[in-house]
Amino acid sequence: MKELICITCPKGCHLKVDEETFAVTGNSCPRGAVYGANELRSPVRVVTSTVVVEGPARRLPVKTDRPIPKGKMFAVMEEIAKLRVKAPVAVGDILIPNVAGTDGNVVATKNLQ
Amino acid sequence: MTKHELVVIGGGPAGLAAALAAWEQGVRDILILERDKEAGGILNQCIHNGFGLHRFKEELTGPEYAGRFIDLVKQTDIRIRTDTMVLDLTADRILHTVSPQHGYEAIQAGAVILAMGCRERTRGAISIPGARCSGIFTAGAAQRFLNIEGYMVGKRVVILGSGDIGLIMARRMTLEGAKVLACVELMPYSGGLNRNIVQCLHDFDIPLYLSHTVTDIRGRDRLEQVVVSEVDERRNPIPGTEMVFDCDTLLLSVGLLPENELSRQAGIEIDPRTNGPVVWENRETSIPGVFACGNVLHVHDLVDYVSAESESAGAAAAAYLQGIRAEGEEVRLIPGSGVGYTVPQHFHRGVENVEIFFRVRNIYHNAAIRVTDGEKQIARFKREHMAPGEMENVRIPKVLLDRIAGNTLTVEIEEAAQ
Repeated sequence: MKELICITCPKGCHLKVDEETFAVTGNSCPRGAVYGANELRSPVRVVTSTVVVEGPARRLPVKTDRPIPKGKMFAVMEEIAKLRVKAPVAVGDILIPNVAGTDGNVVATKNLQ
Repeated sequence: MTKHELVVIGGGPAGLAAALAAWEQGVRDILILERDKEAGGILNQCIHNGFGLHRFKEELTGPEYAGRFIDLVKQTDIRIRTDTMVLDLTADRILHTVSPQHGYEAIQAGAVILAMGCRERTRGAISIPGARCSGIFTAGAAQRFLNIEGYMVGKRVVILGSGDIGLIMARRMTLEGAKVLACVELMPYSGGLNRNIVQCLHDFDIPLYLSHTVTDIRGRDRLEQVVVSEVDERRNPIPGTEMVFDCDTLLLSVGLLPENELSRQAGIEIDPRTNGPVVWENRETSIPGVFACGNVLHVHDLVDYVSAESESAGAAAAAYLQGIRAEGEEVRLIPGSGVGYTVPQHFHRGVENVEIFFRVRNIYHNAAIRVTDGEKQIARFKREHMAPGEMENVRIPKVLLDRIAGNTLTVEIEEAAQ
């Protein structure tokens, strides 16, 4: 049994998830059951960071445009750390496609003029 | 002296939303004064996602959320003057400002919206003993260094306080290669959102020490060690429970204070519970024509609620400029048992409905919010879960408001029977 706190809503139910059947107990709504099972099968997270800007602005904020496997977070960070960008960049511009072998792209979250 | 119909102090999420709402209500001469180099406020450094779930039904980062409002402002004739500091605000709505571009300038405003936000409590505010070495930052200052300026503030980090900014910084510093040794919380519960405890601490195996605090800081020039002790029910450190952490950085996430120097200078009545102005249901302060919204009024957890509150303040300022005055006998809202404060603090009898925002003082399960007029219950709202870290709100419709006999309305928590 794996114990989790549900992050679907502010209530924060304490879930117990069976590692083999992915059955969830302790949830008070169906969304908790879905979260609990997914969290054990293949947990995913959006990664946000900043990249170096060549120019007067110092950093440009970025994110992965979809949640990527939790285990790939540091690999994604390494690729983001290597990136250098120059203006102009618009919100949503893809800066690194398929980052670290995931199906997520690193995109800009701010305009850079 | 220059004149403007509406002057908004602060170009963060509150100021932007308030200005846009006033524009939509027909005000055409709107000036936003922002002390930073760009609009967007604190959202610019909040690069993590999770903003806008209520507002836009999607998870945005801080800069994206701010960007959407900045884009909307650009489509209007609302002017944003950046690099501008408001030095003084008077009761007759004269603003004394200074900026590199315009030098000193006095501005007469028809109406003013206060949207200055809040700032962090510092080491001085919580009186931590020990050495006065470098390496001690508020979590928000470290966030600005890292996300805006591009500097890492340390390599081995202890975080005091489990507010959301501290939790977010625990993850951010870890992703950037620092070792976060512990998050230490004085209270027996975290002040942050549960989702942040999971995503920012559990994901990286960072221990959270509840009912603990920092009892000593050691280091000559740079921080070298912090001592953490368990505390008893009265929050006094328990001797013999000391843990020593070797670290170079201590981040403080120990609360936020609305930034109301200007409000005080103007003589606006301040609520000691919120540290923000006392406001009516339309967010008008004790000075007619001066409105307040966002974190300068009371500290919010979600920017979505800041935007909504600011829109009503903006619309109210527009109505004021059009000569419409909120009228009616005063009904005062009283924070009763279990309730820390209410916003608004009072309202005019006869209004359509009143939405009351407040914070509870403890964690409650299966409790109820009771709204009473002295002895008589006006309304009762069941809640499965309430916590001090999560702002509550209830809406009282006119049909119930009309039943109030006296001049006060009390909001209190009714605990579940054991």
